[in-house]
Amino acid sequence: MTTVATAPPARRSITSGSGSPRRRLTNAAATAGMFLSLLIVLVPLVLIIGYVIKKGLPIMSWQFLTEDIPLFSRATGPGMGPAIAGTLLITGAATVMAVPVGVLGGIYLSEYSRGSLFGRVIRFLAETMTGVPSIVMGLFVFTIYTLRFQKVNAFGGALALGCLMLPVIIRTTEEMLKLVPGDLRESSYALGGRKAATIVRVVLPAAASGIVSGVLLAVARAAGETAPLLFTIGIVNQTNWHLFSGANTALSVQIFSNAQSVFPGPQERAWGAALTLIVIVFLFTIAARLVSAFFTRRHASQ
Amino acid sequence: MAIDTRPAPAPAAPPPAPLAGGPNPPGRISDRVLFVLAIVGGGLVLVILALIAVSMISKGWPAVRSQGLDYFTSDVWDPAHGVFGTLAFTFGTVVISAIALLFAVPLSVGIALFITEVAPRSLRRHIIYVVDLLAAVPSVVYGLWGIAVLAPALPGFYTYVHDIVAPIPVLGTVLDGDPIVGKSFMTAALILALMVTPIITSITRETFATVPQSQKDAAYALGATRWEMIRAAVFPHSRSGMVSAVLLGLGRAIGETIAVALVIGSNAQITAKMFSGGDALPSVIANEFGEATGTQRSALIGMGVMIFFITLTIGIIARTVLNRSARRAEGSL
Repeated sequence: MTTVATAPPARRSITSGSGSPRRRLTNAAATAGMFLSLLIVLVPLVLIIGYVIKKGLPIMSWQFLTEDIPLFSRATGPGMGPAIAGTLLITGAATVMAVPVGVLGGIYLSEYSRGSLFGRVIRFLAETMTGVPSIVMGLFVFTIYTLRFQKVNAFGGALALGCLMLPVIIRTTEEMLKLVPGDLRESSYALGGRKAATIVRVVLPAAASGIVSGVLLAVARAAGETAPLLFTIGIVNQTNWHLFSGANTALSVQIFSNAQSVFPGPQERAWGAALTLIVIVFLFTIAARLVSAFFTRRHASQ
Repeated sequence: MAIDTRPAPAPAAPPPAPLAGGPNPPGRISDRVLFVLAIVGGGLVLVILALIAVSMISKGWPAVRSQGLDYFTSDVWDPAHGVFGTLAFTFGTVVISAIALLFAVPLSVGIALFITEVAPRSLRRHIIYVVDLLAAVPSVVYGLWGIAVLAPALPGFYTYVHDIVAPIPVLGTVLDGDPIVGKSFMTAALILALMVTPIITSITRETFATVPQSQKDAAYALGATRWEMIRAAVFPHSRSGMVSAVLLGLGRAIGETIAVALVIGSNAQITAKMFSGGDALPSVIANEFGEATGTQRSALIGMGVMIFFITLTIGIIARTVLNRSARRAEGSL
């Protein structure tokens, strides 16, 4: 500011700035701030994953994964089998319900709605529905299923998780179908394919890996949900593979109740369950990335 | 009309029958079936949202009727005596969401800028992946870490912070506790901030990525530093995207249940001291619904209705802003 720049520093990297020291300092501070933000967020992430591994590994064993949950909740030692079974059963049932409906909804939005008012409304509502909190879905299923039919079972939890997954799957399917080039549809029409045949035999297969990847992400998110299950599936200490009969439990619910205990036994089981849950969730997340990486690579090579 | 040198068009014969053939080809039925199935699949969204509103309002209404306006304006929640005022929980929800955004928004914008403007291209995907991992961690795991590791460690830090800011008028009160405890408004807000950061980051990042390169180059050509370019080209172009990102983060923060339930301290009170225990709408539902019956259950469902409509309204505003900005971005290209 005190000295007048005689000549612009020619050919210097423009991003380093040619201004006064103050401007350069501000720029450096801003860049440092951006990097710092990333660091501030990554430290807790590393801490959380580190703690889950450190505290979860000691109790991890074959017995932990398969044995029943101790009846006496303060007891130490293993047993999370019923919760693992419950998480798999409930999430699986939710997926079975939500995927066909969601894919059909996505097909409607991408292939049929053609900017119609109904289509626009449904798309908007599906987007909005992704933001409905999971506790609301839990209360909703409690009022229309659990309370109405006086049934506490895995199916209630699956209904709630399915409602959470549905809008995500609709949106992913629509996005993926829209990526399929129009030429493909026209080729099919030119060969005499009718609309339904074109969608089912040509368009869907072309978008399949993208849809699968989106579904896997939705499954990963649903598997970790707690709030929708709290009032719908009840609690049980033994493995129950029945969808419609008898109470059930899940890893997330076990973590929630054991985390509030002051005794070491349940706390250990909470960390073990957390490690198991994180492994399940990350496996699905990684699978989704692998599927979509495969998709983009094949896409790029075309 | 252009001169048509080609031979006359084919005689007006009936168009060739589709290969599937016949006056009522089998494909026609499957066309119908798929269309009906698809529209039902899409329409289910409408049905579910309507059912949520109707069924929950009808189950929550008895509490509002029995408590009157006090249901919303009283901070006395006393199930033993049948008194259900929700104001303390609404207060808690508003306060922790606001503090969470106060931390999360600058962090998210910083990370999004780092990814789009600073990080080398080869690193970008990896950073995005790592930040997305934050969103993949289940909220109950955040809660477990919060209650078992973070909350016990924080009172010392809180006391230290309070001692520094004590003489400052407003901060001295806000950064205080009654008493200072680990499971508090502030702890819940910190965990929430961590949970909404990946959401806000991903939307702002996508908005920043739509800023036209020409505008950035123009700013650089005028001699701007990177930070000046960001302020002159990136921010003005991304304002509505950032607003909707913040709103979507807010919606997520208001609805977040389990992690907050574990670390907020379950202490229904309205206080300016953020280092003391509090409670929030969703966490009360999670903690009390299991044993609740009668009016209490109805009051808790009513709180669910409040959360539903608040998050729905915020979501609708956010999506409207986002769609409008996306349309404008398409138009400007």
